[in-house]
Amino acid sequence: MSELRRRLASWDTAIIGLTVIVLFVASFSVDNFGTSRNFTFMVLDLLPIILVALPMTFIIVTGEIDLSVASILGLTSSLMGWFWNHGLTIESIIPLCIVIGAVAGLINGFLITGLGLPSLAVTIGTLALYRGLAFVVLGDGAVADFPFSYTNWVTGTIGGGPVPNVLILIVVLALIFGVILHATPYGRSLYAIGANAQAAHFSGIRVARTKFWLYVASGAVCGLVGVLWTLRYSSARADNGSGLELAVVAAVLLGGVSIFGGKGSLPGVLAGVVLLTALQNALRLEDVSGQALNIVTGVLLVLSVLLPNIVNGIRGSWQRRKVRQAAALEVR
Amino acid sequence: MRRLLTAGAAATVLVLGTTACSGTTKDNSSDTGGGGQTAAAADPNAPLKEGLKIAYLPKQLNNPYSDVETGGGKVAVGEIKGEYKLVGPNDASASSQVSYINTLIQQQQDVIVVAANDPNAVCPSLNQARAAKIKVITFDSDANKDCRDAFINQATTQGIGESLAKMALEQAGSAGGDIAILSATPNATNQNAWIDVMKKELAKPEYSKLKLVKTAYGNDDDQKSFQEAQGLLQSFPNLKVIVSPTTVGIAAASRYVSSSSYKGKVQITGLGLPNQMREYVKDGTVKEFALWNPADIGYLAAYAGAAMASGQITGAQGEKFKAGKLGDYTIGADGEIVLGPPTVFNAQNIDQFNF
Repeated sequence: MSELRRRLASWDTAIIGLTVIVLFVASFSVDNFGTSRNFTFMVLDLLPIILVALPMTFIIVTGEIDLSVASILGLTSSLMGWFWNHGLTIESIIPLCIVIGAVAGLINGFLITGLGLPSLAVTIGTLALYRGLAFVVLGDGAVADFPFSYTNWVTGTIGGGPVPNVLILIVVLALIFGVILHATPYGRSLYAIGANAQAAHFSGIRVARTKFWLYVASGAVCGLVGVLWTLRYSSARADNGSGLELAVVAAVLLGGVSIFGGKGSLPGVLAGVVLLTALQNALRLEDVSGQALNIVTGVLLVLSVLLPNIVNGIRGSWQRRKVRQAAALEVR
Repeated sequence: MRRLLTAGAAATVLVLGTTACSGTTKDNSSDTGGGGQTAAAADPNAPLKEGLKIAYLPKQLNNPYSDVETGGGKVAVGEIKGEYKLVGPNDASASSQVSYINTLIQQQQDVIVVAANDPNAVCPSLNQARAAKIKVITFDSDANKDCRDAFINQATTQGIGESLAKMALEQAGSAGGDIAILSATPNATNQNAWIDVMKKELAKPEYSKLKLVKTAYGNDDDQKSFQEAQGLLQSFPNLKVIVSPTTVGIAAASRYVSSSSYKGKVQITGLGLPNQMREYVKDGTVKEFALWNPADIGYLAAYAGAAMASGQITGAQGEKFKAGKLGDYTIGADGEIVLGPPTVFNAQNIDQFNF
């Protein structure tokens, strides 16, 4: 019973519920929202956010952050164009880009766990560094002549129906990350690290090594998303994906992951991404301006950090009062 | 650490291995990214439909220049009794427009008038729009010609080069004299093309009294342009006119001349923005300069889109349509519609323009 009540009261359940309500209401009240074509558009819009959010959730759960994700995406996109111009095959460029993303993540991981530097500072630094490198590689130019069979796969749907091809990718990766986080000892160790790194260390968890590999994984996923982004827009550019890190962090926090680490679930994060994308999509269909969209996103983000704290505060003071009353009764 | 190195080495080998195999490269990929709709026959006598939904998607919202362009579009859409809509991203990034195009497709607009941030990134969604029977008109900066129905070209290279030469002659007066050019960078594509046309014009007999003494480069940097203008006036004491085919150069040269003893003796002309040039026109430093009128670009785009959505034109070369107060237009090669010669701004008309 108490388990059920805890479930119902938790932030991620609330956000999943809210997402369902928003989707439901929007399908009925917003013209053209519930169509299969709009579903395809929405999946394509949330693809980069959701994929980058998977490793980002792991990282934030351990109490760290990676702000260089969008720059790694831009760097791999640039390099993809450069390799393509230099005659490499697309079949080798794609794995190469994922490896390069992993190397970029490896550098982050080394600086943070090897040298013990704070992840916020390191990844702000590499945010600028990787984006800068992206411009060194491709400058202001763009490479656009990627093979149609590949670009068409990314924007296309299964058999021309309503289900986009990339949804398979999202489902598979979300399942892998979800099982690791919620059904393995490794996943539990991430929460332990986030809750108390020192305690985790003394219980035999290799804190530094675990975090290191999270950054490598994050880099590799960003490399993959760089490839997908480039193919979706048939355009390799150095400025691809700029600002994406904010959307990702916003979605992860909105999904109920604590920025201080140790708390959160992947279903909540997935709901957070869907909620943000669906809201933006619906508001845009209602001709709400871009600035207003930013305001909505900002307010949601502030609320997602603020509300759980307020709820906890209220609950805490309520419990303290009960304890005090009980004590008073005993004294009497 | 050793495990890490092993993993890295394995990955490298894997990648190199796949590289060696045959695959799709730039050289052997056959790109068939076209698409869109099949062109129906045009009926030049079809009436303009009323209530057409015409949406403008500039590179970015809240940019003063594109505000004037879309403002012209709003006027035209009002004239043809259509529904005007303006949407756009807050940043001019390549991909941010795509979500907006998708939204416009969902809303089933009749015409999308778009200034592409990236000629290719918007292509797949523009073709989806065309597949959904939406007419796509580009302005300002064209998308790939396979994914739009027509492009409103603000001015041709020829037209601008001719205007520059003509203004230089008018400013030098009947006696003629030395003229100089203050351009952007030595390899600026647009400027060089205009200067080439201008030089060809200057070789004609009616320009025989003008002598081009030097082309200087201010690198589109305000301070450098200012210094170059100063240098030109010092090295060529008989200079009559400086022609600057760049908005940065003309403003910097005007600023120098207006505060020097050359004011009134040396004329500045070229391509400039009315808001930047207003004070120099008012204080007499500059008599006239030119630029295309951005409001007309948006205006023409609305009429072109409406004519296409009404079936008057399909975007094929040689088709004709009427564009309200701007008159008759003919579609050129590759679906290009040229706005016409640039607008000349002077003390009489400059206050009508705000951009």
